[in-house]
Amino acid sequence: MTTTTERVSTRTPAVPARSRRRPNWNLVLRIVLLMIAAVLTLGPVMWTLSTSLRSPSESFKLPPSFFPWNPDFTSYAQVFRQLDIVLLVLNSALVTGLIAVGQMVTAAMAGYAFANLKFRGRGALFSIVLATMMVPVQVTIVPVFMLIRGMGLSDTLLALILPAIPTAFGTFLMRQYFLGLPTDLAEAASIDGASPWRTFRSVYAPLAVPGMAIVGILAFNFHWNEFFRPLIMTISEQNFTLPLGLVSLQGNLGTGSISVVLAGVVLSMIPALVGFIFGQRALQDGLTAGSGK
Amino acid sequence: MSTTIPRRDRPKQAAKAVKAVKPGTPATSQTASGRHSQRWLAWIFLAPTILGMGLFTLVPIAASVVLAFFRWDIISAPTFVGFDNFAEVVQDPTVRVSFLNTIAFVIVAVALQLGLALALAVMVQEKMPAWLRTFFRSAFFFPLILSAASVSIFMRYLFNEQFGVVNWFLSLAGIPAVPWLTTPGGSAAVVILVYVWQNFGFSFLLFIGGLASIPMETYEAASLDGATGWRKHVYVTLPLLSPTTLLASVMAIISALQVFDQPYVLTRGGPGDSTRTAVMVIFESAFQRLEFGEASAIGVILTLIIMAITAAQFRLSKRFVFYQ
Repeated sequence: MTTTTERVSTRTPAVPARSRRRPNWNLVLRIVLLMIAAVLTLGPVMWTLSTSLRSPSESFKLPPSFFPWNPDFTSYAQVFRQLDIVLLVLNSALVTGLIAVGQMVTAAMAGYAFANLKFRGRGALFSIVLATMMVPVQVTIVPVFMLIRGMGLSDTLLALILPAIPTAFGTFLMRQYFLGLPTDLAEAASIDGASPWRTFRSVYAPLAVPGMAIVGILAFNFHWNEFFRPLIMTISEQNFTLPLGLVSLQGNLGTGSISVVLAGVVLSMIPALVGFIFGQRALQDGLTAGSGK
Repeated sequence: MSTTIPRRDRPKQAAKAVKAVKPGTPATSQTASGRHSQRWLAWIFLAPTILGMGLFTLVPIAASVVLAFFRWDIISAPTFVGFDNFAEVVQDPTVRVSFLNTIAFVIVAVALQLGLALALAVMVQEKMPAWLRTFFRSAFFFPLILSAASVSIFMRYLFNEQFGVVNWFLSLAGIPAVPWLTTPGGSAAVVILVYVWQNFGFSFLLFIGGLASIPMETYEAASLDGATGWRKHVYVTLPLLSPTTLLASVMAIISALQVFDQPYVLTRGGPGDSTRTAVMVIFESAFQRLEFGEASAIGVILTLIIMAITAAQFRLSKRFVFYQ
C-alpha cells in the first residue's frame, strides 16, 4: 500500500567515510550509465523536435540535428495545409475532455459510495469492478462496436466517448482517496444532523477535487494518445482524432516530407508536455497507485 | 542530505489516499433512517458506473464468448457453428504465427523492460545529488506520456535504412546499413526496441517505489556483515524487492500481450507475418474480413491466456516471493 508514498526517500547506503580527495568512482560510473540511458530516451524526441524545425527539403539530411539552431517554420505551415489539424485537435480535445470530465464525476460518485456509504453487497460489487480492469479492451471491442451500431452512433465521436466513461481504475483511485480522508468530518456533520447527501455535498465533495484531478489527468493522457479504439470506431476523416490523422498523414506523404509529419507529431505532443510539466507528480502517483494493492 | 527525508514532505493527496488500507466506514448516522438514506444515495452514486460497465464491459464479455460460437459477418443472420471458429483459428497459419510472435515478443520485451528498469532504478536510488535524481526520473518517465502511434511515426524515420539516424550512427562505427524495417528479424527488433523504449519507465517507477520501501536498517545490517556493492544487491535488494518484481512483471506481461499500436504503425505486421500480433489478428479478422465470430474466438483465447498467466504468476509468488 505504501509504495507510491515512499518513492522518493533519499537513500544513503552505509558507506564508510573516505578521504575527500578520492573521486567517488561508483557515483561517476552510475551517472555516466544513467546519462547514456537518458540520452537514448530523450534523443529521439529532441531529434523529432529539431527536425520538425528544419525546412522540408533539408529534413532528411545527415548528419541529423538534435538542436534547432536555425528554426524554420515552413513545415508547421504545411502541416496545417495538408491536414485539417484544427479539426483533429478539436475532435481530440472534445473526446478526451468529455471522457475526462465524465470519468472524474462518475468515479468520484462511485468511489465515495464504495468508501463511505454502507449498503448490502458492497464488497462483492467492488470486486466485480476491479475484475473488469483485467479484461483487455480488444476482447470487448467487437460487441461494443455492434452495440454502438445498434444505438445508431457508429462513426460519431460519442462512440469513442460513451464506452470510455465508466472507469474501474478511476473508481478504485477515488475509493482509496476517500478512505484516506479523516472520518471525524462525517461524524461531525452527522451530529449536526446532515443527511448523507448533505455530508457528501458540503464536506467531502470539496475535498475530493485533488483526487478527481488525478483521475482527470490520467484519463486525459490515456485517451489523448489512444489509437486502437479511434481506428475502429471512426470511419470518416471528419471524426478522426489526432493520432489517427497523423498516422494517415505519414501514410499519404512520402519520406520527402518528414519534417511536415514531425511537425504534426510535435503539435500533438503539446498537451502531454503541459501535463508533464505541471502534473508530473500526479501522473506518476496515479499511474503507480494501482500497484499498492 | 544523508538522512532519510521524512515521507511527509511530499504532500500529495493521492499518496495519502493510497496509504489507507482498511475500508473505513464513517459513522454518518447510525439510525435506521440514516442507514436507509445511505443505501439510497449509494445506489444513485453507483448507477452511472455500474450501468456503464454492465453495458460496455460485462455484456460485451458475455457477447464475445457467445459470438465465438457463431459465424457472423454483420450483414446476414448469425449461424451457430459450435467449435468451428476455434478449430479454424487453431489451424490458421497466420493466427498461429501471430500468437507465436506475440509470445516471443512478450518474453524478449518484458525481460528487457524489467532488466533495464531494475538496473536504472537501483542506480538512481543510490546516493547522488537530488537534482540529478529528479532529472533522471523525469527523463525515464517522459516517453510514457507520448502516444504509441506518434512514437512509432518518428521511430519509423529513425530506423529508415537509407537516411535513418540509427544507421547513420552505426555507420560512424563502421557498421553497414541494417535493413531494419524490410527484414523479418530487423522489424521484430524495431518493434521490441520501440515498445521497450516507451514502456520501461513504468516498471522503473514501480521499482523506485519498491526500493524506497526497503528499510535502511537492512542495508546497514548487511554492510556490518561485510556485504558490499553487488553482493548487497544480490542478497538484500533482490529478495526484498520480489513483491515489486512480481507486480511489475504481471503488469508488463499483460500489457505486452496486447501490443498493437507499435507493430501496426511501424510495420503493419510485415514483412510477411513476421511482426503480426494476436491483437492485430483480432482487428484484421473482425474489421477487415468481417469474420466477427472468428475474431471473438481469438479474443477469448487471448483472454484465457492472460488469465492463466496472471493466475500462474500469483501461484508462483507464494513460493518465490519474499514478503517482509
